[in-house]
Amino acid sequence: MMGRTIFIDPGRCIGCQACVSACRECDSHRGKSMIHLDYPDEGRSVASLPTVCMHCSDPVAPCAEVCPADAIQVTPDGVVQQADTTRCIGCANCVNACPFGVPKIDLAAKLQMKCDLCYDRTSHGLAPMCATVCPTGALFYGTLEELRTERPGVEVADSFTFGDTVVHTGVAMVVPADKVRWPVPGGLPVIEVNGVDVR
Amino acid sequence: MTLPVDPTIAPPGTRTFHDAGGIPADRWHADQTGETLVPTHCCFCGVQCGMYLRVNQAGKVFGVEPRNHDINRMRLCPKGINAYQQVNHPDRLTAPLIRRYRDKPFQECTWDEALDFTVAEIRRIQEVYGADAFGMLGGASLSTEKTYLVGKFARVALRTRHIDYNGRLCMVSAAGANKLAFGIDRAGNPFSDILLSDCVLIAGSNVGECFPVMTQYIWGARDRGAKLIVVDPRETPVARTADLHVPLKPGTDSAFFNAVLHVIVRDGLTDEKYLADHTTGWDAVKAAVENYPPDRAAGICGVGVEQIEQVAHWFAGAERAMAWHARGVEHHSQGVENCLSIINLCVATGNIGRPGAGYGTLTGQGNGQGGREHGQKSDLLPGGRSITDPEHRREICHIWGIPEDELPLAGTSMMEMVHQMRRREIRGLIATCNNPFVSLPNHHVVKEGYDTLEFHVQLDFFLSETAANAHVVLPVTVWAEDEGVMANAEARVVKHNKAQDPPPGVRTDTWILCELARRLGTGDKFAFSTSRDVFEELRIASAGTVNDYYGITYERLEETGGIAWPCPTTEHPGTPRLFEDGRTYHPDGKIHLQAVAWHPPIDPYDETYPLSLTTGRTVAHYLSGNQTRRLGALVEQTPRPWVEVHPSHGFSNGQPVRVVTRRGSAVYPALVLESIRPDTVFVPYHWPSPTAANILTIDALDPRSKIPEYKVCAARIEAATTLDEVPAPPTGPGRVAYPETQVSRTDPRPPTAPQGLGTAERDWSPP
Repeated sequence: MMGRTIFIDPGRCIGCQACVSACRECDSHRGKSMIHLDYPDEGRSVASLPTVCMHCSDPVAPCAEVCPADAIQVTPDGVVQQADTTRCIGCANCVNACPFGVPKIDLAAKLQMKCDLCYDRTSHGLAPMCATVCPTGALFYGTLEELRTERPGVEVADSFTFGDTVVHTGVAMVVPADKVRWPVPGGLPVIEVNGVDVR
Repeated sequence: MTLPVDPTIAPPGTRTFHDAGGIPADRWHADQTGETLVPTHCCFCGVQCGMYLRVNQAGKVFGVEPRNHDINRMRLCPKGINAYQQVNHPDRLTAPLIRRYRDKPFQECTWDEALDFTVAEIRRIQEVYGADAFGMLGGASLSTEKTYLVGKFARVALRTRHIDYNGRLCMVSAAGANKLAFGIDRAGNPFSDILLSDCVLIAGSNVGECFPVMTQYIWGARDRGAKLIVVDPRETPVARTADLHVPLKPGTDSAFFNAVLHVIVRDGLTDEKYLADHTTGWDAVKAAVENYPPDRAAGICGVGVEQIEQVAHWFAGAERAMAWHARGVEHHSQGVENCLSIINLCVATGNIGRPGAGYGTLTGQGNGQGGREHGQKSDLLPGGRSITDPEHRREICHIWGIPEDELPLAGTSMMEMVHQMRRREIRGLIATCNNPFVSLPNHHVVKEGYDTLEFHVQLDFFLSETAANAHVVLPVTVWAEDEGVMANAEARVVKHNKAQDPPPGVRTDTWILCELARRLGTGDKFAFSTSRDVFEELRIASAGTVNDYYGITYERLEETGGIAWPCPTTEHPGTPRLFEDGRTYHPDGKIHLQAVAWHPPIDPYDETYPLSLTTGRTVAHYLSGNQTRRLGALVEQTPRPWVEVHPSHGFSNGQPVRVVTRRGSAVYPALVLESIRPDTVFVPYHWPSPTAANILTIDALDPRSKIPEYKVCAARIEAATTLDEVPAPPTGPGRVAYPETQVSRTDPRPPTAPQGLGTAERDWSPP
């Protein structure tokens, strides 16, 4: 994970969508929100889950790897940038390649849109917009040490399994340490968890 | 151990934040230069989060920027983030509207024409039917200056006893209980005390949706190991992860809290020394709770005995425990008693007036606290004075410069005034900052009352459903176009700053009331040209009272970021935490405990109406929705109301379901959720007829606070074929509600969850 990054804690999320609205206020993509907010336990609980770009580090940025226009750049600090508008051809390869389903295509502009951790804000020492406004701290911006100071005993995961592939990410998730050892199962049908057949 | 109140105590997760206010905006904003950031607060709920409004070089508000104010530490909810979009919204009213008869369309007119007609109607009605035949209704989203002016205008310019405000639908049960028990009407502790607590009890408050930013304080306590108990019929977002969620049946709160206190007494967990030293009435309370053994209460409340025992042991066992409550316990025919039963719990365990230990009530409106303090309530005068107390009357008449016999007597409550309209005891009405066509219960009766009025003038910045039924509508400023103070749920007075000039044709409420007073011949009593002028008189009018604002000045508010009253001198630091010296504001300094007996809700259950209907808010909307139903992002998040039902009723998600009560019926899409009690259904109340929850609710009132019983009535549900459609928000003549904000309003689906549609369920591409 990156040194200073976003930590996502779905346990704290109240599903209010302040992050969704705040993202829309960002000057570089005003009016369009890049945050995904899902209610994954529909009908059973009011649980909610925010998703920002995970800024994959190993393999580095699958979205960038598949980009035929070489439009998606990764900065030295590990932030996977939004597709460069002068290069992007709106082909949606990145959308299909992303294991977390993060990038979107603005169909009218024929351009990709994706979270860059509010590079314009973080480069001036501000937190990303979503983590700034999040009323509960479900989106936390800072270092792992800062997170641990404030939430004693917190466990985080920065690797996720998709079938045989393990993806290491720059953004981390808070996990219930007593229940799941990471890497955390990703998006494909779960067959085994950490070597244990769970079918 | 005593810990000082440190206003800089920050919720975790925010300690290293610094906001954009310290950075010149053009150094980091991607495509804006030359903008300014105006520090102010949100216009919506009682948390009063700090925010910056972004103002462009043309002097227009165009955005929002998080502000590191100690209340919210840059946190904002979706309502606050989108609030700025009201300021230059295409639906704004920019000219007075007028018509002689309700069946004629509105026409735009000049201010002179509108005010002359209004004054002529006031004179006609009052000359023929007496001064009290003209009523006035205010609101608690107004700044405190304006609420002071509303009360003074009614008593001095209109000389009517019929003045009340929409806080009557919101806060009055808590106010009544606070006054009875403590002799002062406000929360006992600041939000930051939650961080120091060991057990936080949230009763009847959907904190995650109605006061989202408060959630960070609760998590801050939990990260230290505090227990969280949530008492609510629904498993709301904050209840979902609570250490204990008690899903009691609506309308059984006081039985539950009496039973909790029963267990505390039975197990010897009371703080007898505190009770002996600081209270009266404990024996009566103890005798009353004797009648609520856990097994009896468990039957009444529909919860397990073990939950009652657990709450008692956690709350009484904690070194520092706090209780916070909101409309869930207050909106009842025994709302005051419900609040008292929670106060009894805090007092009996000695949890009053200490860091991390105390009692608070979460005001729903931005100025729910300040709006009830300075005289727009039917029975109160400025400084929380009673209009029936001869000494209080004398003081105010002296300040206002009027003879005592000219000061009207106490009036009636908002819902009672509607019945007086129906009986033609009130024939004319001036109202500001409220939308009773959505917010009052038993809508058909409300409509009938307003339709009977001979003359109705409404002040608003958008044409509300109520304003659309008036004879004259006067366009007023939004919060960002005038300065003024508000008091949040902690009784912390904060200052809203002016960020832009109002559009041409728009006036402040202050200007309108002063101008009407001048035309009514009392202009000398209303020589106010700015909010500051009004505030200076308010400071004097509150000096020496319990609600003492004398030491608060605009300058001090700007320096400090907020001061909690009482603040008697300009050197006084304010009073964030009450009762630290063990004394209340009663003359004897004691807490006056009140015994409470539970009674069932007013609307009886029977075979035809077996279920409980309860109503409430959703996170994307605010009160009657006149503001939030016009903001595109919020409409997109939650386009329409729904009925929340348990899967055991056999309905499928999205199926049209008719909710029927003894007063009316409406059809909503079903949101089928396991997180609601099987015997309870829920409808959010932000939308107008025909989808208004208040078509269904009962107008039974608490006998003391006169708050309506919004939170429980008897209902049944049945399958229906077609949904009732959500109407577009009303607009001025020749206009339609700004189409881009209304795209998703006709979406027939219920939301994915009570908090709204998930982003995957929405059309991401702009229309």
